Amino acid sequence: MTRAALLVLADGRFPAGGHAHSGGAEAAVKAGRITGAADLEAFCRGRLHTAGLVAAALAAAAAAGADPAGLDVAADARTPSPALRTTSRRLGRQLMRAARATWPDGELDAVARRFPKGAHQPVVLGLAARAAGLGPTDAAYCAVYESVGGPATAVVRLLSLDPFEATAVLARLAPELDRVADRAVTSATAVRTEGVDVLPAASAPLLEIGAEVHAAWPVRLFAS
Amino acid sequence: MGGVHATARIGARGDGRGGTSLPVLESDGPLALRRTRGAASEARVMLVGAMSGPLGGDRFAVEADVGGGARLRVGSAAATIALPGQTKEGARYEVRLTVADRGELHWLPEPLISAKGSDLSVVTRVDLDAGARLVLREEQVLGRMREEPGRLGSRLVVRIAGRVVLDQELTCGPGAPGGWDGPAVLAGHRAVGQLLLARPEFAERPMEPRIFAEHACVMPLAGPAALVTAVAPDGLRLRRVLDEALAEWDIR
Amino acid sequence: MHLDHSPHGPAALSADARRPDGSRRALRVGLGGPVGSGKTATVAALCRALRDRLSLAVVTNDIYTREDAEFLLREAVLPPERITAVETGACPHTAIRDDISANLEAVEDLEDEVGPLDLILVESGGDNLTATFSKGLVDAQIFVIDVAGGDDIPRKGGPGVTTADLLVVNKTDLAPYVGSDLARMAADAKAQRAGLPVVFQSLRSESGVADVAGWVRARLAAWTA
Repeated sequence: MTRAALLVLADGRFPAGGHAHSGGAEAAVKAGRITGAADLEAFCRGRLHTAGLVAAALAAAAAAGADPAGLDVAADARTPSPALRTTSRRLGRQLMRAARATWPDGELDAVARRFPKGAHQPVVLGLAARAAGLGPTDAAYCAVYESVGGPATAVVRLLSLDPFEATAVLARLAPELDRVADRAVTSATAVRTEGVDVLPAASAPLLEIGAEVHAAWPVRLFAS
Repeated sequence: MGGVHATARIGARGDGRGGTSLPVLESDGPLALRRTRGAASEARVMLVGAMSGPLGGDRFAVEADVGGGARLRVGSAAATIALPGQTKEGARYEVRLTVADRGELHWLPEPLISAKGSDLSVVTRVDLDAGARLVLREEQVLGRMREEPGRLGSRLVVRIAGRVVLDQELTCGPGAPGGWDGPAVLAGHRAVGQLLLARPEFAERPMEPRIFAEHACVMPLAGPAALVTAVAPDGLRLRRVLDEALAEWDIR
Repeated sequence: MHLDHSPHGPAALSADARRPDGSRRALRVGLGGPVGSGKTATVAALCRALRDRLSLAVVTNDIYTREDAEFLLREAVLPPERITAVETGACPHTAIRDDISANLEAVEDLEDEVGPLDLILVESGGDNLTATFSKGLVDAQIFVIDVAGGDDIPRKGGPGVTTADLLVVNKTDLAPYVGSDLARMAADAKAQRAGLPVVFQSLRSESGVADVAGWVRARLAAWTA
């Protein structure tokens, strides 16, 4: 494996569609729940320990070779918001395209064929990591970083927040990213013996509700 | 160690004449079950007691098993309040519900209130056959009036015809993972609740997603069920929102 | 690049000229240019000019989502199922150049759902003079500027003005009112573009979008040859 492949996959410029998504930040900004760097940090922390943890565990399990179809069902069950399920599948399809072009791989082709409208993004992320020669821990790190990096970038655009402040938020969260990635890998490792029910299912009510509210807006900057 | 261990059981069966009998109605320790007067075809059970528990170290479980053709409605006499116990150990409350084809369960207990210093994990596991019907309400209130909450973890797992259609957990209060009170999760709201509606006809015609209050929406799940999730400043306002949804579905 | 052209193969990756079933996909033409230069009006006029003879669809990339798509729907230039809006997260140039995945999804879904198609027009959100389309997304691109934006734009150049397959100088009817020198714009454009074509158009004139439509037809003839 090459460590540098992790940088390619985790790079915000990796062309997999993430730039058009705010991870719920646009809805939270509009509702007045994010007004500056402190709120952004609290938002990212909450997202990290809920959606971020779940995504990281799914990604790590996929990278470890668990059945993608079973993980996809587990992702559905952990995503009650239909708007978020649609977003996750759309991003999964976009990531699948980028990954297949970047790391040609028979396993990716097979999953692309099985899910023509997209498997859930964290599952594809894990498979992409696998195709890139990376392991479950790398996949989990990509997922936890994405879970906070997306909203931080979006809030810079939405509030004209000082980009240095937004980046400092991410740096302050780094030790928590480590812990969440660890926890995700631990549960992903248990999937082999205990099945997908062992995966974390942490939820964030306002992310779910906010996603539904956002999806109903006629006009918005971000796709989610 | 220590604490009370108790398991209460309800078994409901269709009596073959359009009514529902209760061959199993087992109270246990603080978990007391009472049959109350029901409608013609429906059996009603009230959970009384357990109001001042569970305390730290307690292990409570309630099981309800609804057979084909049976209709059961379960409520509780008052809110359940999680309180700190003598031990450092947390309390655990498990609810296990199974409904067979053509069976129907309305599980509508009063809220769970997490008092300061308490530590409770609630796990609700629901297993439905493909043709089963369910209405389930869960409400969690964080702290009594103007009180800091204890630690409260809740998990809800719903299986329909063997497939998990919902798996959700939420942990709040001291010692919960960071951000639980922040803008992504509860944003200072002190009450959070869910209504789950499972009906076989949703397989053909799923419910439409809809926002129906400031912080409440109906979400069709990836299976024949829909979930209402709501957050509110307090338990009263949460109940008002959830009642609105029940009324729209013509459920009392 | 790994390609799978079997009938049930996974979707194409980017600019592949064939669809997974082996058939030739639609020609994709991008329209870019600054805000207010008349991209959406040109797309609408092209749809009206070409829709009787060709099977058409449009993808829009709004800054604030759906505005351009709504305009096209209101004008009823195509049936609604032939118009798709892509959301760009406040960065329209990213969606057409750096990360084209959402646009590729949109063009492929259009071909799947309303195809077969001859032509898909991909309109960028109004952006700056440097925004160009990725070759992974479109086969040809049109850059639309207007005389009211300043007659020095062709002289200043930039990737859109110098490299687009067709440069359209729009709203020529306004030139006398805004003091733009069309002859100078033409000379500057010629100097910047090394022989690439330039069209001066006014959608209010009788000829309207005819020159641009003719250019698109010629590209399509070459594509299907």
